[in-house]
Amino acid sequence: MQSLTSRAKQVDRRPMTFLERIYVWEIFKGMMITLKHFFKKKATISYPEQKREFSPVFRGLHVLNRDEEGRERCTACGLCAVACPAEAITMEAAERLPGEENLYREEKYAAKYEINMLRCIFCGLCEEACPKDAIYLSETFAPSNYQRKGLIYGKPDLLIPDPVTQPEEYKKARGNRANQNEKAN
Amino acid sequence: MQITLLAFDWFFLIEKLVLIIGIISVSLVIAMYETWAERKVAAFIQDRIGPNRAGPIGLFQPLADGMKLFMKEEIIPNTSNRMLFILGPCLAMLTAMMTSAVIPWGGTLDFFGRAVPLQITDINIGILYVFGVVSMGVYGIMIGGWASNNKFSLLAALRGASQVISYELPMGLSLIALLMVSGSLKMSTIVGQQIDGVYNVLWQPLGFFIFLVCAFAECNRTPFDLPEAENELNFGYHQEYSSMKLGFYLFAEYINMFISSVIMATLFFGGYDIPFVSDAGLAESIGQNWTVLLQGLCLFAKTAAFIFLFMWVRWTIPRFRYDQLMHLCWKRMIPLALANMIITAAVVLYFKK
Repeated sequence: MQSLTSRAKQVDRRPMTFLERIYVWEIFKGMMITLKHFFKKKATISYPEQKREFSPVFRGLHVLNRDEEGRERCTACGLCAVACPAEAITMEAAERLPGEENLYREEKYAAKYEINMLRCIFCGLCEEACPKDAIYLSETFAPSNYQRKGLIYGKPDLLIPDPVTQPEEYKKARGNRANQNEKAN
Repeated sequence: MQITLLAFDWFFLIEKLVLIIGIISVSLVIAMYETWAERKVAAFIQDRIGPNRAGPIGLFQPLADGMKLFMKEEIIPNTSNRMLFILGPCLAMLTAMMTSAVIPWGGTLDFFGRAVPLQITDINIGILYVFGVVSMGVYGIMIGGWASNNKFSLLAALRGASQVISYELPMGLSLIALLMVSGSLKMSTIVGQQIDGVYNVLWQPLGFFIFLVCAFAECNRTPFDLPEAENELNFGYHQEYSSMKLGFYLFAEYINMFISSVIMATLFFGGYDIPFVSDAGLAESIGQNWTVLLQGLCLFAKTAAFIFLFMWVRWTIPRFRYDQLMHLCWKRMIPLALANMIITAAVVLYFKK
């Protein structure tokens, strides 16, 4: 029968040789293998000090985006909530009042926007569904919490810093990937 | 000034007391850091780093572990035999510590004109004493397992007892061959002969190997750790123990490991002899006390190498099956040890003539 992979190995069922039956030599060979591992480079990453790099397609914590003037992009259309397979997104819409044009880009905005990080499966369908580029998944993950309610993220947790008043924080929150994409375009 | 009170040599008492306290605290500290070393060695062999959070390179980890054990709730099962239940870990700890009394830890210190040998008692049946105490060690396991009134503990205790008793036979036989070479049961004489001549391991390589394997079995270390085979017997004979009583059992195991390493170093690898250096010549050039200190350190270095071997083997080899364990002992080790003994006897007789 042809094997499925090239790595398949036939089991050796020959009777043991004298050296193998003595067992001591085999133990010695095994100990040499463990000794080799003793001096090998360790696979551990000491987490809080050392961080592993994320893959380029990593889907982390959500960010609610703003445009160049610092206005929220979200119009509370609800497409992300519809697309969400885990039903983690809740929102309440409100109408923009005169004088709030510098805060919200469209005439309708999300007065309340919550993502339950315990329900979220980080599939990224909300990002795909959004017609306004208002939500995307960043390169961080939700930190642990002692209470469930601490993991329901509201607008203050999700909104990206204002690019006009806090340009540096904005750049940091956007993450490497978005910044690189911008450069490439 | 010599004070004679009630015909006692008070300096002698103080000297021995200090020595006993010193050796016991040293072996406790070493047992403590053996737990740390074990975790480090395990981690390194498995490509991990091991404990490194408590203090520099995790050096305070054993303190944290000890603290945890002390703080835990002490549970004595209702159905257990209360007295024996407490006696078990005490006995395990006591027998583990008692062996250290006859081991020569170094040469003779010159303390303001008073010769202080670094050995608690130099009795002329040193090895027999070690054997007696080691075979008492099985009572700790037996009593603990019996008093727990738990099937798993009892099974584990029975296994442990039969294993320890079985492996004492080849261990003793391999030592008889060694005694024929050295001609003395006194630990200090055996070490002295090795300082003047060559190490016993050169005369008795097979005897040393049998002794090593039996030491693994006596200490209940992998591959012979059947008394605590957790996949068959949950936790073995200390199943029902908690808090510091469990700590004592674990500690006793590590002290046993330390002591058997020291005994192997003493009997087969020259004890406190500094290799490739004439100890007497060294004493003339840098002074007697400094030489003794170096000798002690040398013994500890040899011991550390054996302890590393114990750990290295533990994290390499899987556990034997029970019938394999008994097969190895009765059908392999004992005939081998007997043959070794007879051949040694013949050779010794031949050269004596």
